[in-house]
Amino acid sequence: MSALAVRGLDKSFGGLRVTSSVSLAVEPGERRLIIGPNGAGKTTLFNLITGELRPDRGAITLFGDDITRVPGRRRAHLGMARTYQIITLFPRDTLLRNVTLSLLGLARLRWNPLVRLDGQTALIGRARDVLARVGLGHLAERPLAQTSYGERRRVEIAMALAQDPRVLLLDEPFAGLSLEERRDVLALVTGIPREVTIVMIEHDMDVALDFAERITVLHFGEVVVEGTRAEVVAHPRTREIYLGE
Amino acid sequence: MKRVALAVALAALATVPLWVPGTFYVNIASQILLYAIFALGINVLAGYAGLVSLGHAGLFGIAAYTGAKILTGGSGHLTGVAAALAVTVLAAAVFAVLALRGTGLGFVMITVALGQIVWGVAYRWISLTNGDNGISVTTRPSPLGLSLAAPRSFYWATCGVFLLALLSMAVFVRSPFGAAVRGTRDQPRRMNALGYHVWMIRFVAFLFSGLWTGVAGLLYLYYNQFVSPQAVALTASAEALLMVISGGTGTLLGPVVGAGLVVLIKNVASAYIERWNFVLGATFVVIVVFMPEGLVPGLARLARRAGARWRPPAVAVPAPPGGAGR
Repeated sequence: MSALAVRGLDKSFGGLRVTSSVSLAVEPGERRLIIGPNGAGKTTLFNLITGELRPDRGAITLFGDDITRVPGRRRAHLGMARTYQIITLFPRDTLLRNVTLSLLGLARLRWNPLVRLDGQTALIGRARDVLARVGLGHLAERPLAQTSYGERRRVEIAMALAQDPRVLLLDEPFAGLSLEERRDVLALVTGIPREVTIVMIEHDMDVALDFAERITVLHFGEVVVEGTRAEVVAHPRTREIYLGE
Repeated sequence: MKRVALAVALAALATVPLWVPGTFYVNIASQILLYAIFALGINVLAGYAGLVSLGHAGLFGIAAYTGAKILTGGSGHLTGVAAALAVTVLAAAVFAVLALRGTGLGFVMITVALGQIVWGVAYRWISLTNGDNGISVTTRPSPLGLSLAAPRSFYWATCGVFLLALLSMAVFVRSPFGAAVRGTRDQPRRMNALGYHVWMIRFVAFLFSGLWTGVAGLLYLYYNQFVSPQAVALTASAEALLMVISGGTGTLLGPVVGAGLVVLIKNVASAYIERWNFVLGATFVVIVVFMPEGLVPGLARLARRAGARWRPPAVAVPAPPGGAGR
């Protein structure tokens, strides 16, 4: 059974077909890379998988369960977490509060209007652990607005990891990072245990190539090539589309 | 330090009728507190949920009119209050279902329309609301045998309700649900991806806001012993929203300070200047220009800056030997 499977997914915005009969199956524990030039429909595919957009046709299954009609917020409860290419965090809050909000999203406690959130030591302790795991433990009390871009990228990943997902979708986690920061984030992502299935979008092939076992190439909303790293790199279509040859 | 300040503030609040000069000012204090409750209710949406409502006078009026209808129908105060609050929360639910189809400007416009519908009913459905003439209520309640007919006792009752409202806000803001509400204001898309039901969170916040708005509406009815379409007008919604904005949206004390400011200018300045509306408008302009975040956060910022300027350096610098002789 695939961890995440997508069959015949279509999505159009007006006359523009951004996702065109996309099918792919990601096995449990797999590291999958989705590449493609700008406008290939990579982020749209993520938005369809996470339920932020509704597909026109097609089906999405998570560990065999059809989730095509399940609202996005429920998919988080079913073990799906994502990061955003454009950083989507809570700028007024501290890093600790950001991660706490992520943990709270899956807890029944989120509806409680009577207790103090600051008094939930178990929850906050877990948030601290997650921050330490991404190497930001020392910045827990700092407001997000006072952190660097590279640190925010890691908070994005911490938000997703905090939810203990079964399937993790990373949308360009290296975007806008310096070479050094990229190495740190790559080490962080590589260190995620195999219980978590990871699908990563990356615009820049060089960074992420080592990370993935299988690679899917998207172009104008269609899957053009799919295969192992060696197969995809050697494929003439990849070279044509992606390497501009 | 904080506790001392809180105790002083509570003591000052509780003894208002003993130290302010005359009944006129006791009544003004009652008005400030009842409008503060109204502003606190609006602040739940405008401040914490990021949803600006310009139709809350509609809910305020629904509470006042329902209370007035039931009391003039011969029922007791307990029935009147309970029914008026139930009807208001129900109306808030209807408002929320319609208005939450949009956010931002869409939300504002739908709340304006809903508020105007209530105003239209109050003004035109004469058989129900007595139109322009309004409805008078002859008595104030006597909870636990204490009559609220006198300005002093009415003030103390209003003060008790106000403190309850303020406490409920303080608890709400610090709670996990309060954090969730603020999350939907700052990053609704992320909140949804994290597993939060953004619509339901906003809906519940709307009901909470509607409940306190209803309480304020009932206090208004009992204070004036009268309600007319004026209480439901768009200007009433705008005025209450301005209380929140001028005091500081998304703060606990901002709406209270804003309510004090508006009620004082309306009642006190109007005794000296015929065009008191001008004073009110000019005050808002000054606040927006110099403290766009509102009076409470703005004054806190100024105090911090002044504090930083006057605080002695943290590490005492030893005087250089012989330097003092020069």
